Amino acid sequence: MQKVPDLIACEDCDTIHRRLALGYNEIALCSCCGAELERDMGSHGKRLLPLTIASLFMYIIANAFPIVEMELHGLASRTTLIGTVFSLNAHGMPLIAFLVLTTTILFPLFQLLALIYLIPSISRVGRPPGFNLLVRMIQTLRPWVMVEILLLGVIVAFVKLTNMAAVVPGPALWALGALALLLASVFSFNPRYMRRIALPDGREKTMSANRTARSAEKT
Amino acid sequence: MKTAAKLGLVSCHYCSTVWKDVEAHDCCERCGTKLHRRKPDSLNRTWALVIAACLMYFPANLLPVMITTSFLGEEQQDTIMSGIVYFWVSGSWVLAIIIFIASFLVPLFKLAVMVLLLITVQRHSSWRLIERAKLYRVVELIGRWSMLDVFVVSLLTGLVQIKGFATVQTGAGIAAFAAVVVLTMFASMSFDPRLAWDAARP
Repeated sequence: MQKVPDLIACEDCDTIHRRLALGYNEIALCSCCGAELERDMGSHGKRLLPLTIASLFMYIIANAFPIVEMELHGLASRTTLIGTVFSLNAHGMPLIAFLVLTTTILFPLFQLLALIYLIPSISRVGRPPGFNLLVRMIQTLRPWVMVEILLLGVIVAFVKLTNMAAVVPGPALWALGALALLLASVFSFNPRYMRRIALPDGREKTMSANRTARSAEKT
Repeated sequence: MKTAAKLGLVSCHYCSTVWKDVEAHDCCERCGTKLHRRKPDSLNRTWALVIAACLMYFPANLLPVMITTSFLGEEQQDTIMSGIVYFWVSGSWVLAIIIFIASFLVPLFKLAVMVLLLITVQRHSSWRLIERAKLYRVVELIGRWSMLDVFVVSLLTGLVQIKGFATVQTGAGIAAFAAVVVLTMFASMSFDPRLAWDAARP
């Protein structure tokens, strides 16, 4: 088994392309089906860690405080995100509770913690323990992080309740909005490129060294 | 156009490194993922998931998703459609349209597109390959948004628990609906769009 470093295959139609050096913010598209092959991450790698840490703070606020409070006939009721999960579980819907728990609480937290663990170690030589597994899990779980959909869901539920009771948005609602925006920015970074930045592993280094030597000979 | 498969190359699904001379059961040396020329057993798995999702689509739309008990002991059962109608009648047209798209059109569109993609691949059709590739990318992008209704019902259940005045309970319909969303997400993940091009290329 041998590596072919100069080529890239389109994920949607399997057409082989030569890997091009991308300029700032350039995107390489497949000439056959138009799918994205590669994207230049430019300075995005540098912004990633502060964005992730900011997301983590917003995540904590969004989970610690009530999302919505309502008042009906002098009786108040409020709920946090985790409270919703417990309530679903108590009402005989453990599977839905599990779905809400994973997509809005556990997976986002995992993504943020894994990124915070991986990003600082990228610039150092070598990979941190568990690098491959964590990057693969980040990639696999990404479609299952549904914070932005939850935000829209909160807004819909909010409007629905205004028709029957007095509702006040809780601090977590604002944090949730900020979290959704921050995560959109964090997620525009494809974890696949972490491998590119991460790894001058021995073999790759010699290969690129050979290539530069050869091109130097030509000139 | 040269494809990786014709040149005897395999591209890693996770890190996109291209390998040559790959033997069965080899793993990517760069990231450790098992290498496959195509997603394993893609058509069968996708068909199974799509059929399961189609079956769940009926209870998801027919059974109540939310049961509201008001303070007089009146019980009101809402299906997904009646929830949309409620928003429309009460004047929140924007929300009615958003929920109509996310909960009704998107799942239906997804199922129709997946069936279309599967059938065209199996018939070795070369009909509108680029448009089909685009359809697949759209389905992968919008599928998650159907979870909207699951979150709305969950939040209302969590919040509206004022004993004696108003309580909201989840109905069986929401479980079926969540199953449709999750199954169609898995279906679009297990479908390998390269099969369409394989079937069409001589």
